[in-house]
Order: sequence, then structure tokens, then C-alpha cells
Amino acid sequence: MKKGAAELGVGLFVLLGVACLIYLAVHLGETEILQRGYQVTAIFDNVSGIKEGAAVEVAGVEVGRVESVRVGPDSRAVLVLRLKPWVELREDAIASIRTKGIIGDKFVKLSPGSGERPIPPGGRIRETESALEWEELIAKFIHGKV
Amino acid sequence: MLTAVQRVGRFSLDYTQRVGRFTLFVFSALALALLPPYRPRRVLAETYFIGFSSLLIIGLTAAFTGMVLGLQGYYTLRKFGAESALGSAVALSLIRELGPVLTALMVSGRAGSAITAEIGIMRITEQLDALDTMAVHPVQYVVSPKMVAGLISVPLLTAIFDVVGIMGGYVVGVGLLGVSSGAYFSGMIQSVVNLDVKGGVVKSLVFGLIVTGVACYNGYFTERGAEGVSRATTHTVVTSAVLVLAWDYILTSFFM
Amino acid sequence: MIEIVDLCRSFNGQRVLDGLSLSIPPGEITVIIGKSGAGKSVLLKHIAGLLTPDRGRILIQGVDLTRARGRERLELKKRIGVLFQGGALFDSLTVFDNVAFPLREKTRLPEAEIRRRVRQRLEQVNLTPEVDDKYPDELSGGMKKRVALARALIQEPEILLFDEPVTGLDPPMTNAVFHLIEKTHRETGYTGVVVSHDIPAIFRIAQRVAMLHDGRIIAAGTPEEIQAHPDPVVQGFIRGEPDFHES
Repeated sequence: MKKGAAELGVGLFVLLGVACLIYLAVHLGETEILQRGYQVTAIFDNVSGIKEGAAVEVAGVEVGRVESVRVGPDSRAVLVLRLKPWVELREDAIASIRTKGIIGDKFVKLSPGSGERPIPPGGRIRETESALEWEELIAKFIHGKV
Repeated sequence: MLTAVQRVGRFSLDYTQRVGRFTLFVFSALALALLPPYRPRRVLAETYFIGFSSLLIIGLTAAFTGMVLGLQGYYTLRKFGAESALGSAVALSLIRELGPVLTALMVSGRAGSAITAEIGIMRITEQLDALDTMAVHPVQYVVSPKMVAGLISVPLLTAIFDVVGIMGGYVVGVGLLGVSSGAYFSGMIQSVVNLDVKGGVVKSLVFGLIVTGVACYNGYFTERGAEGVSRATTHTVVTSAVLVLAWDYILTSFFM
Repeated sequence: MIEIVDLCRSFNGQRVLDGLSLSIPPGEITVIIGKSGAGKSVLLKHIAGLLTPDRGRILIQGVDLTRARGRERLELKKRIGVLFQGGALFDSLTVFDNVAFPLREKTRLPEAEIRRRVRQRLEQVNLTPEVDDKYPDELSGGMKKRVALARALIQEPEILLFDEPVTGLDPPMTNAVFHLIEKTHRETGYTGVVVSHDIPAIFRIAQRVAMLHDGRIIAAGTPEEIQAHPDPVVQGFIRGEPDFHES
């Protein structure tokens, strides 16, 4: 094998492979190379299996991602959201868990609110709405409570 | 004469011994790769063989896999009126399962069998013994560079497989079947999370280890001449396929 | 000086070496003869450090090869060269690179010095520069042997082991290989151990002969002593009497 050919081939191969890996990790997997934006937490009774990386939207526009999901001390779900720096939330902002379409993905819907004081980075969204449980809805409907 | 119970016992012992010997072999080859003398030129040549030379076959397999996924996914999703989820269906299938598994199987068929034959011939023509008598560790010289090259090449090939497959799905879904291009990519971006990509990378690393490890092991312990080499080569392809699929299940159950 | 004491080795329950003892004097060529499958190659691989005995010792100038570890073992191995039956040349390297291999792996000599030494060894086995860039599969059996001999000599071993050096070669090639063994031995004075069943041709290069039978050395001495040995097994083997006991 000619020396130059092997080096060129391996070089091309590694570049191509790394480019694909970066595309998958950064573009699709949303790996943040530089952490940008700020964090807020929101506590829910039930998040219906939302996963890390799920979208956060305001009026249908993606403004961030769910950074972590865990169970808090009082057996409620604690979500940490990472929001783009230009998103401004007021103290009366509402976070709710929604589903896109029938089999679609779960996401967090934010209504930024209009109160006087903003929620600072690291702060907490007080108003939350848990996911709509289809079973509960159907049960209510059948028992005529709607 | 052996009773059935004895036979089961004997089989279990043999099997356990083989697994132990294999594990020891793989990890000592990796440990030796960390010790000097380093042989970057050998790693380069092996990466050329395992990685670069597999590009064409990986690209072809990936393109057709992605296209089939696009076709199948489209007709299944259309029943639920969810054609817009095609991008995420194709991407998730590829990144989580098909990319790592099919890449590993193709590399094993193309490079794994050749590695076994090469090392097996070195064994039966006493080239491995010759290295040993020159005070060169045969595992470190022959096996370690191949293992390192496998660990580099298989994850990169898998990433290439995923991306080419996604493009294949795009060609069929968007180009032929009329799914909107925006829906294809935005659905994909929203549903693929970091864990999926990480899981795929971990899988491909483990598969790279299995495929090159099995190939080197079978070659290194070849016995009885040319017939032994041909048996070892077949054995490599079969064993790595089974191990890859079994470990795929184990790893998936960890990541889900 | 190689001193082999009470060497035992079994394969799958079958005893191949059974308490073998042998002294190999320095600076001479000792030929070990015996039937095919008698364990000659196994013995040679033990002396080369490729196999570990179940029991017994192999002392090389007083150091036990079977117990040496790490650095000590590597140092011992550098003093022992082996000429394998098929040459065991590396398929992926040219003739020149094959011969240069031990120097490139084990020394930090400058490339010019490596070139000089490789050429010198290749000339010693009568190979002209035209073969330098050929690959082993382009060479005849005898040529491979010569390249392998050059490669074994380049580490300047004190002990050189030969595994069936002339088996399968035609008579002119056999003579050529013998001539080279004699020549290199005269020039470098290594201790040679040759394993062979090519009787009586092999007596030509032997200064001492030992016969291996049933896992032991049953006779050892000068070629003349062996040829006049009273043991019927030795006589039968040397005269090439048909052996009907072989299964």
C-alpha cells in the first residue's frame, strides 16, 4: 500500500465520520457544546413520561428544552428547563405539559404571563398544569361529569 | 461413555472457559495497546482497512435501509394520518437500532472474516511464533492495532450509516411520497434526544469491540492448517452476528 | 551452553516429552534426529521459549528460561534466533523489511545503518539487491529459507534454532542450505540446534547428534559415535528400516 493513499483515505474517513457524529449529536441530539440561555424549574404533579430533551414552546415557537427530569422531595416531578436568553417570563407564567397529535411527542407549553416581576434565571415557575390524562377525561365523560 | 448430565456439565465448563479466555484476550489486547511501543502506522493501516474500505458497502446498505424505512414508515404512519412523524420514525430506528447493528454486521462480514483469515494464516505459518522469538509481543503487534482501529472505525461508520440512512429516508419520503421537507426534519429534531445518540455511540463501541475481538480471537487460536483457517473464518461471522444481536438486546434494555 | 533437565510436556493427556535431558555444547551444531511426530519440534519450541513445559528446566548459560519473566525473558529471547520450517516471513512486508524488522522493532539504529546491516546479512546468504523489494509469496521455498536465515542472523543471536531446515527441498537446494548453515556458523560462531529427520544428509553439518525417541534422548554423541551406536532403535532409524509398529 502506498503510504500517502492510506493516510488520505483514513483522513477522509475520520473527517466524514466525525462530521456525521457531530451532526447527530449537536443538530439532532441537541448536545449543547456551549451552555447558553438560562434555567428555570417547574414542579408538576404528573409529567406523563416527558423526557430530557423535550421541547419547550411559547405560542408554538420552540424556546428551549427540558434539561432534566427528576422526582422531588414531595413526590412531585421537578423539571429543569433551559430557555433561550431572550425569553422573558413573569411571575404569573404558566407551564403545562401537552401532547402533539395523537401519537405525538410530549412538550412543555409556556404562557409567559404579564405580571410585574420577572422570573430570574434559576427561579421557579409557580403555576403548572399537569398533562391531560386521556383515561381520566374518558372516565369523566362516561360518568357524565363533564 | 458420558451420560447426558455429564455432557451438559462438560459443555458448560467448556463454554465458560471459552468466554473467560475470550474476555481475557480482548482486554489484554487493549491493555497492551496502552503500553509502549506504540505503533501508529499499524493503527493507521488497520483503520484504512476496517474503516475507509468499508465506506462504500456501509453507504449502500445505509441508503437502502433508509429508503425502505421511508417507504414502510410512510404507509404505516399514513393510516394514522401521521405522515409528518416520518422523519422521527426513520431517524430513531436508525440511530437507536439499525445503524449500530447493521454496521456491525457488515463490518464483521467484510473485515472481520478477513482479519480472522489473516491472523489464522500467520498462526499456521508460524509468523506469530516468529514475532515471539524476536521478543515482539504477537498480541501487541498484530491484535492490538486491529482492536484500536475497530474501536475507532465502527462508531464512525455507524454515524455515517445513520446520516446516509436519514438521507435515504428523505429521498423516498420527501422526494417520492410528498412528505414536506420541513416536517421531515423538524419532527426528527424534536424527537431525537441526546440519550438516543449517546446510546447509539455506546452500542457501536461495544459492537466494534465484539466484531474485532471475535475476529482476532478466532484467528489467533486457529489450529490445524488451512481447514482450521476456513472454519475459524466462518465461526467469526456467525459468532459475531449472534453476540452483536444479543448485546444489542442487553444494551437496549439498559438505555430504555 | 544449553542445559535441558528433566523436561516433561503433555498434550491432551499424551506425553510428548517424558523427562528429557540433554546438554548442548556452545559454539557447535547439534542435530536432534528422530521420527516424525516424536516431539522434535515440540522440544525446539520449548528451547525457543514458545511453549512452557509441565515440568523441568531449560538453562541457558545458567538462567532458567522456563521461569524467566518480563525483562529477563525478553533479554534471553533476543539471544535466541529461530529459523522456522516454512521461513515464517511476514507476508505483508518485503524481503528487505522482513530482514530489517527485528532492528526496527528492537533498536533505535538510524535508517542508514539498518540498510547497511540488512544488505550485509542478505549478502551473507547470497541474495542480491534485486530481491529486496519482492514479497515472500514471489519467492521459492529455498529463497524464503535464505531470507529467513538472514532475518534470524540480524539480531546476532548466540543460539540459532533450525526447525527441519531442508525438509521438502530438492537436493541442490538442500546442499545450498547446508552450505549456508556451515558458512554462517563459521562466520559468526553461533550455537546451532537443528531438528531434522533427513538422514543421512543432515550428518554433513552435525558436530553432535542426539536421538529423540519416546520423549527422551536415547543416544547422544558425535556423528561417528551415533552411527556406531549399539541401540537397535538408533540403528534402525539411521538405516531407514521400515517401522511396522507405527500405527
